[in-house]
Amino acid sequence: MISIKNLNIDFLNFRLNNIRLEVGKNEFFMLMGPTGAGKTVLLEAIAGLIPVNAGDILIQGENVTRLPSEKRGVGIVYQDQSLFPHLNVLENITYGLKFHSLSKEDGNRRLHKLADILNLGDLLSRLPVNLSGGEKQRVALARALIVRPHILLLDEPLSALDPGFREEVRNALKNLHRNSETTFLMVTHDFGEALALADRGAVIQQGAIDQVGTIHDIFHRPASVAVAEFVGMKNLFEARFQNSAASIRGHQVLLNRPADSHHRHVAIRPEDVNISRDAFSSNRGNTSPGIVSAVVSHGFTYEIDVKAGDLIFKALVTRKSLVESGLREGVDVFISFEPASVHTF
Amino acid sequence: MREKEPFFWFTLACGAFIAAYILLPLIELITSPSIPDLWESIRDKDVAGSILLSIYTAGSAAIISFIFGTPLAYFLARHDFRGKRFLEAVIDLPIVIPHPVVGIALLGIAGRNHWIGRIISELGIRVLGSVTGIIAVLTFVGLPFYIHSAKSGFESVSPRLEKVSRSLGASMSSTFFHITFPLAWRNMLVGIIMCSARAISEFGAVIVVAYHPMTAPVLIYERFEGYGLKYSQPVAVWLVLVCLFLFFILRILTLRKAGES
Repeated sequence: MISIKNLNIDFLNFRLNNIRLEVGKNEFFMLMGPTGAGKTVLLEAIAGLIPVNAGDILIQGENVTRLPSEKRGVGIVYQDQSLFPHLNVLENITYGLKFHSLSKEDGNRRLHKLADILNLGDLLSRLPVNLSGGEKQRVALARALIVRPHILLLDEPLSALDPGFREEVRNALKNLHRNSETTFLMVTHDFGEALALADRGAVIQQGAIDQVGTIHDIFHRPASVAVAEFVGMKNLFEARFQNSAASIRGHQVLLNRPADSHHRHVAIRPEDVNISRDAFSSNRGNTSPGIVSAVVSHGFTYEIDVKAGDLIFKALVTRKSLVESGLREGVDVFISFEPASVHTF
Repeated sequence: MREKEPFFWFTLACGAFIAAYILLPLIELITSPSIPDLWESIRDKDVAGSILLSIYTAGSAAIISFIFGTPLAYFLARHDFRGKRFLEAVIDLPIVIPHPVVGIALLGIAGRNHWIGRIISELGIRVLGSVTGIIAVLTFVGLPFYIHSAKSGFESVSPRLEKVSRSLGASMSSTFFHITFPLAWRNMLVGIIMCSARAISEFGAVIVVAYHPMTAPVLIYERFEGYGLKYSQPVAVWLVLVCLFLFFILRILTLRKAGES
């Protein structure tokens, strides 16, 4: 559906290097990466809004690299909604229809369908200045989808919203994706959004794609140190491997399969590390005694650093288990994690 | 109530002095001629003709600035390129060049000694002592004011609005007329008024290029030189009234824009 081949862009202060990406028809694909990685530049290149130095962009098999934006069938929704401030909601939503040959009846049908799905019926006569953040984002979605684009590009559509509105727009996105044949390509910083909305995604860092795959694989099987760090694989160690075991500075870690010969790293998600004041039974896989060296609050969860020999393992616990286990700095504890939780690369 | 400090009274005194310095001569000018004098003055064909000529030439300069300046202002607002600062400085040059020099410089290329002047002459266009010459110098001095205002209007329109419009199927020109222009028209109108106001009061450049036909500032000068202050005042009042009219429209537009933002 979208096929990006060896795309190179050098635009203002942003550079994209040799981007290769395939996104399937009607897929909900997530593009993740830190600020300044080039995510928005890639979206705008697909939309034809910035010039491409080399490479090709194919949409539905057609090479659109040299086509102007208005002829690509690509809609875009920005974080700041970018509603036309001088037009009311109805005029905003139907703006694109005047550039498409469509009968008035068909236009009205599409308008009412989107207004129903996005619950915009009561807002049609309002100006954007009189809308909440969530309402503005729903209008922006309706405006982009009324022209039935092949692809909808979403540039962090939830990140500028209050938590309540975020939930509302996230549900709207799910609903719209289910009810349309459009391919959704969304940029996000938020891992929760990626897990909730998309099946596949890519991590882009410093203008290059580091990993493409299912969201589960990206979070649990990162292919590089950079991706592992980005997706929050906080237990990240250099290791040597022998059969189904890894040696991290003398500390033995069991794996559930032999590591590949070129692998050099071990990574374990902090939420996969269990922590207890009492010893775990040896059939729990990897167990080790240690001492709590730090407790850091993350709001609803706490990150516990446990010093086990030379190594520091990080575990995530809820406030309830923190209080019940009496976890605090200097306390002797035991950690455990399943061999299946140990990722090597 | 706390007593005001001396610095407060100093700033207030400076403000009052400046307001008086600007307003007193204008009030004196406007109130000096009697109503019959003003009426008689405007019935004088030379006076009415010069004021109409000033309005016509200043309006023409503003329209030319609008036609040629709008694309340039849009380009400057939307693009960064090597030499942009230089181009912006070139656009500002007419503001700092002494205005009689502007007239002399334009005559330099519009005269028969220059190839451009010869082409213009062969096309049957006369610059020296003509309305065309007046419009040319007024455009020269007024253009920077229009371009600055229009550019600032275009810069205030987020490029993302234009990008969204393009993604919805609108061409660049459709996007300009449906999105950019409706959001920037007030700045463009302010620019047209500032350009007209600057052009209507121009004297130095005009007198070099065309003493005749006489624009209002040239007529005021001629009457002052030939007949004295009292004789020139009614014409000056009419010119000030035209300028004040433009000024009030400008204030209404800018205040409304400030209120909206």
